[in-house]
Amino acid sequence: MTRLGRMAWGLVLWEILCGLALTLRYFFKPKATINYPFEKNPTSPRFKGEHALRRYPNGEERCIACKLCEAVCPAQAITIEAAPRDDGSRRTTRYDIDMTKCIYCGLCEEACPVDAIVEGPNFEFATETREELLYNKAKLLDNGDRWEPELAKRLELDAPYR
Amino acid sequence: MIPNLLFDVFSFILLGSAAMVVTSRNPVHAVLFLILAFINAAALFLLAGAEFLAMILVIVYVGAVAVLFLFVVMMLDVNFAALREGFQRYAPIGALVALILFVELALFVTGSTIAPGAAAARLFPTPDTITNSQALGSLIYTNYLVLFQLSGVILLVAMIGAIVLTHRDRKRAKRQNLDVQHARVPAETLTMVSAKLGAGAPMPKPNKETL
Amino acid sequence: MSAFLQTDLGIAILTLLESLAIIVPLLLGVAYLTWFERKVMGAIQLRKGPNVVGPFGLWQPFADAIKMLFKETIFPTGADKVLFTIAPMITFGLAVVAWAVIPVNDHWAVANINVGILYLFAISSLGVYGIIIAGWASNSKYAFLGALRSAAQMVSYEVSMGFVIVTVLMCVGSLNLNDIVLAQRHIWFAIPLLPLFVIFFISGLAETNRAPFDLAEGETEIVAGFFVEYSAMTFALFFLGEYANMILISAMTTTLFLGGWLSPIPFAPFTLIPGVFWFLLKILVCLFVFVWVRATLPRFRYDQIMSLGWKVFLPISLIWLVLTAGFLEIFGLLPHA
Repeated sequence: MTRLGRMAWGLVLWEILCGLALTLRYFFKPKATINYPFEKNPTSPRFKGEHALRRYPNGEERCIACKLCEAVCPAQAITIEAAPRDDGSRRTTRYDIDMTKCIYCGLCEEACPVDAIVEGPNFEFATETREELLYNKAKLLDNGDRWEPELAKRLELDAPYR
Repeated sequence: MIPNLLFDVFSFILLGSAAMVVTSRNPVHAVLFLILAFINAAALFLLAGAEFLAMILVIVYVGAVAVLFLFVVMMLDVNFAALREGFQRYAPIGALVALILFVELALFVTGSTIAPGAAAARLFPTPDTITNSQALGSLIYTNYLVLFQLSGVILLVAMIGAIVLTHRDRKRAKRQNLDVQHARVPAETLTMVSAKLGAGAPMPKPNKETL
Repeated sequence: MSAFLQTDLGIAILTLLESLAIIVPLLLGVAYLTWFERKVMGAIQLRKGPNVVGPFGLWQPFADAIKMLFKETIFPTGADKVLFTIAPMITFGLAVVAWAVIPVNDHWAVANINVGILYLFAISSLGVYGIIIAGWASNSKYAFLGALRSAAQMVSYEVSMGFVIVTVLMCVGSLNLNDIVLAQRHIWFAIPLLPLFVIFFISGLAETNRAPFDLAEGETEIVAGFFVEYSAMTFALFFLGEYANMILISAMTTTLFLGGWLSPIPFAPFTLIPGVFWFLLKILVCLFVFVWVRATLPRFRYDQIMSLGWKVFLPISLIWLVLTAGFLEIFGLLPHA
């Protein structure tokens, strides 16, 4: 196009009008908003949310206190102390995760040989105090009990890719 | 009653801010007081019935000239201590000048207000039937047309002068040519070159200087 | 009663009531303009906008206002406290004061003065002070940069805006806003003066520091420009002032170019609807365009804004002024007031 032609198009604001027409079309399009607390997006089975300690179906806790998760944790958010239990098996006496330190990388989950520590689908565990985010073993086991059906399903769905 | 009261209020603020213009230590505050003085003067014009003048005062002086004042004063790095150094020495002379000015003004003001029938002796009394701006316009564009146009020309010359004096055309400065940039299309500036793996391809010479 | 209204006190009380009648709806309008903007911007970006506080998020402006009220006003170190507090008041006050002359219906204005349009122009040229003072008093380089940018911008766009207004005045033959609207009884000035209408609207965008000319507050480059340091109520006043200015510019556009309170369809059922309705409808359309433009265009670069104002708008409006004058003279259309 010649220089004059371009100038004329510029003076009638042609490109700006095109842009305005585009945004006006979007104005009438259906909206993509999700009404969050009432509607939620589906999450992947690999979604890394709140941690949980799982149990075997018979109620025995899976964790064998190998401390691999503690070792691998890049944020050093996990603290484990272990001692033999009355029946002689090695168990944790303390299993703490500092959720304020955790970076949700999922390495603990990868390191665990018995699928005891897992990151669940829950991401709505905001608290009003900092202390509530320092999880101990009871809290983690409780999480595991609460989310077990979903946790098992997620592991099953993800198993082919491991 | 209300106009009288308003007159008092506006003139007191006007005088007060005018005094603050010369006494305030911070030049920015001084300019802001000057603006306040302008606005109050405009209000006084309004009370006197000169609505057109009032609005023009606000638009031209407050809206444009004082903004530039403020610009300059804000950008300046004024050393106040150095400015006040010679104050003691020059104070008597300053006071003398102020006194002479005041006496002259007083003579002039008292003299002209006492004069009877001064309003009637005005060259062009304001007509009652038409608006202020019309009265001004019909006077400026008839009796004083040449003077009005001349003052316009003088302002234009001053403007051109200011631009000529301050404009520097730096030869080495790189400038954007928006027109040329907008006219660029991919066909002119992009060439697709097929490169052999590991061997690369010779870059074709650009046929035009890229912007 | 009517005798009382002729006395000084009566006039004072009447004026006060009239002012209230314009300020209260204006403030409400400003509050809901923020809601409207968020809704429209949201819709254009495929979002829903505020929809939780109240039905359709209608209480959102009040929630925001209450939040602002309860926050703390922070004075930066080295700030000029008096000017720092006065600046937002100036901005907001001027945006409100200008409404005194806007006719919302035939002869419905607080002050139907002869120099109405000059008054509006004067008030809008004062608007720059709130910003400069805020920028200087904040004692912050970002605020100062923003203030300088905005001052230069407002001063340069005022020139072309002035020429546009002069052209309109030439077609009307009066500075009175009421007369300007009545002169558009046959045809809105937006049609014969279309280029000037566009220039006026774009200059209005620049004058109110709205996108795409919002580089005085450009949050991506100078964080928030002249009101970086402002918080709580002082910030809210700036915010309100900016939105009140938007409404004001829309009202000016409506009055000068879109036939003010006149009905767009000049026959029976539509002319019976009160003029206030048409006036508000036209303002709403203008405001929608304000928001629409904001959601569409990216921010201009500073030198581009300046060259647009001085090298494009000024010549065009000047040439159009001369052309209009010649046209009116040749065809004998000059109004004789």
